Amino acid sequence: MRIVYTDVLVVGGGLAGLRAAVGARRRGQDVIILSLVPPKRSHSAAAQGGMQASLGNTFKGAGDNEDVHFEDTVRGSDWGCDQEVARLFVHAAPQAVRELAAWGVPWNRVKAGPRQVVMDGQHVTLTEPDASHGLIAARDFGGTKKWRTCYVSDGTGHAMLYAVSDQAVAERIPVHERTEAVALIHDGTRCHGAIVRDLVTGELSAYVAKATCIATGGFGRIYRVTSNALINEGIGAAIALETGVATLANMEAVQFHPTTIFPAGILVTEGCRGDGGLLKDASGHRFMPDYEPEKKELASRDVVSRRMEEHIRAGHGVKTRFGDHLWLDITLLGAQHINGKLREVKEICQHFLGIDPVKDMIPVRPAQHYSMGGIRTDAAGQARGLAGLFACGEAACWDLHGFNRLGGNSVAETVVAGMIVGETMADFVESSAGELQVSTALVREFLEREQAKIDTLLHGNGTENASELMRRMQDIMTEKVGIFRRGDLLQEAVDELQALLLRSRKIGIGTKRAGANPELVTAYRLQKMLKLALCVAYGALQRTESRGAHFREDHPRRDDAGWLKRTLATWHDDFQTLPTLAYESLDVTRMELPPGWRGYGAKNAIEHPATEARVAEVATIRSAFGHADRYTVQQALMPFDHLVPEAFRGRNARPGDETS
Amino acid sequence: MSTSPRILTLRVLRSSPAEGEAPHWEDFRVEEAEGMTLFLALTEVRERLAPSLQFDFVCRAGICGSCGMLIDGKPGLACCALTRDHGSTITLAPLPVFELIGDLSVNTGKWMRGTAERLETWIHSEAQPDLTAVEPRMEPELAEAIYELDRCIECGCCVAGCGTLRMREEFVGAIGLNKIARFRLDPRDERSDEDFYDLIGDDTGVFGCMSLLGCHDVCPKGLPLQTQIAFLRRKMVAVGLK
Repeated sequence: MRIVYTDVLVVGGGLAGLRAAVGARRRGQDVIILSLVPPKRSHSAAAQGGMQASLGNTFKGAGDNEDVHFEDTVRGSDWGCDQEVARLFVHAAPQAVRELAAWGVPWNRVKAGPRQVVMDGQHVTLTEPDASHGLIAARDFGGTKKWRTCYVSDGTGHAMLYAVSDQAVAERIPVHERTEAVALIHDGTRCHGAIVRDLVTGELSAYVAKATCIATGGFGRIYRVTSNALINEGIGAAIALETGVATLANMEAVQFHPTTIFPAGILVTEGCRGDGGLLKDASGHRFMPDYEPEKKELASRDVVSRRMEEHIRAGHGVKTRFGDHLWLDITLLGAQHINGKLREVKEICQHFLGIDPVKDMIPVRPAQHYSMGGIRTDAAGQARGLAGLFACGEAACWDLHGFNRLGGNSVAETVVAGMIVGETMADFVESSAGELQVSTALVREFLEREQAKIDTLLHGNGTENASELMRRMQDIMTEKVGIFRRGDLLQEAVDELQALLLRSRKIGIGTKRAGANPELVTAYRLQKMLKLALCVAYGALQRTESRGAHFREDHPRRDDAGWLKRTLATWHDDFQTLPTLAYESLDVTRMELPPGWRGYGAKNAIEHPATEARVAEVATIRSAFGHADRYTVQQALMPFDHLVPEAFRGRNARPGDETS
Repeated sequence: MSTSPRILTLRVLRSSPAEGEAPHWEDFRVEEAEGMTLFLALTEVRERLAPSLQFDFVCRAGICGSCGMLIDGKPGLACCALTRDHGSTITLAPLPVFELIGDLSVNTGKWMRGTAERLETWIHSEAQPDLTAVEPRMEPELAEAIYELDRCIECGCCVAGCGTLRMREEFVGAIGLNKIARFRLDPRDERSDEDFYDLIGDDTGVFGCMSLLGCHDVCPKGLPLQTQIAFLRRKMVAVGLK
């Protein structure tokens, strides 16, 4: 039995995992990162448009601060997020951007003086202030009051991932590439590490760790049509679920991005619309102002995606043999802008569509894009139900995003949550709770169990075909658990997924080799992915309201009275075919921003009984502190300082501060 | 447009070093579809014909650099390669130079990590950044120039297309030289030309390049490798002559 010991085990080599690893390493802990692929190939690299942080450096960002970012995020989430976490996040995001700048990310910078931009279809001249020349610039994104999205052309995630990955190399953190955690080692209350499969040799080993962090990203690949990379199969979340004690939250909250190229599903950034691009239909009509007169193309993603599908249903899509699509028109931005700030978009259009977006419109349709749900953690990143287990980034439900994430808040979350969880894990390892208390007998038990599962797949007498079942699952999710959801279809999806789960226990494999074996990998991952799919579909079936990205045609109103709560899913034993669901209420009486209208989308929510009183209370507090600074007012409304790790306290300076 | 779709032959150089399986060509036939890429074609082969076939796709969008291979003999990203730009028989082989894992899969990760450690491809700065203070300024044009070189996706195509690396396996390759050019340009990195000379001032570095520039021709991101190598060589000569 091969056992590797470490203080901190980070599962996942994307931005969140790398940043958490660097943080723990700098606190003196030994860290090992496991990654399916070389870390610079992680899906973080595909984040194009940018990262939100309220630096307020640009003309259109003037006056931005944590308060504005906070409110945008809560409204974006359709009041589903944890507001204390949102506060913690907006406070730390400027620090994360500045840290990345110091680590070499070539953020686009403000150039003082007049410049041409496109806003609402019109060419406009903006004059950037002299005082901001050379500071970090920002572009517009959906659902935000200010231009807040810091960017590096449209390769933001790439530049961030390379900088952080190189920091991990500088810290001499070993990355065990092409390895996969297939189970967590635990005793029902404490996590002790993971059973890890080497994807090249097939060997199973045990990694025993004081702290284990899951940072494996989202699970978009349970859908057929998704912008996600092939590795986004959610295995990290699934192995947490399989412990029977750790909890997944809000799995039904799945984001569909408005603009992926049709039919391949490859993302083109929200920056296209942020920079002035328009959505048009088959007759060339710009339709978003008809639906959303205020935010138009720049409403939140859930709203824009829904409007697009609605418009297609009304018969206005462009018809092709692969189905209908709409157009994204960025031709009005001009060659110079596209070649400079949207070059990845341009390359994608050239490679996959054979068109030039400087001259041609881009065929687009919404596709699955982001998993708001994931491993439920507290604000410090500690997973619920299992001490010693942590999670960050898309794999987690830290609950920054609630039922809809704003564009630019996810890459920001990766690094911010990584900063925080790195500190949390270091604290944990240094504490007495962090001591290793695991017997090798327990480790052996887990190792042998996983080996037996693989042996059964390889040498059992199963006859089911894994890729066929995978395709069926993906079809069900795309067709029945998509943008528009309905009770009867969700019930069908749940029934069919349960049947698939039973069949997946009888998979047979043609390739018998123990080492590199893509067929085997598909088989054992599918078994886990089906559990995630069931959490999504069953959670969506039970949630009889519409909130953010979760839209029920048979329950079209947001129902704060009945559903202002987070879904919690557990999977107690391997033989059940449905998750056990429970709910935790969000406490309206403690919200800094009580529920209301988002400023876009439908205006028909069923009010929570406590909302009115809290609105009045907030108004009273605000007027009582009328002359106090905004920090004092905020502190009175919803204190969060206790959640901020020592290293990230202090107020964020902005260029306007000196004059105010 | 009523012509029937082409039947493509994918001629794949297969091997499984772990099992001592010698390299051999194997043909797979798939029906071409509209807009088909090698990613789609190979996925179909694996699902339908050869479940054991190894390859490395991740983003399938030309961003992550995982799927470099020899496509009709030339290094390129398979995910971006449209089958309609190729003949009806397409040969596919793993990238040379890198450690072979099996079939079309090679260990670029190990090579790239080695490069990062050897050339110390991170910002070297003594100063501890003050995260709550307004960030240090940078000229917008300089930031864009750095990004131009930062766009490398470490796919390994330049390594596979390099003549020097065939003869001198310790050569840093265009990927390494481009990294040095990137950090040299970045004022946040406090290393001097003398420091960089220590890293690449010999024939495993910038003086090993024979200027065949296969790297420049095959770079999928169109990085200005030719210019950067020439420029870097002049700068390093200046240090060497001191």
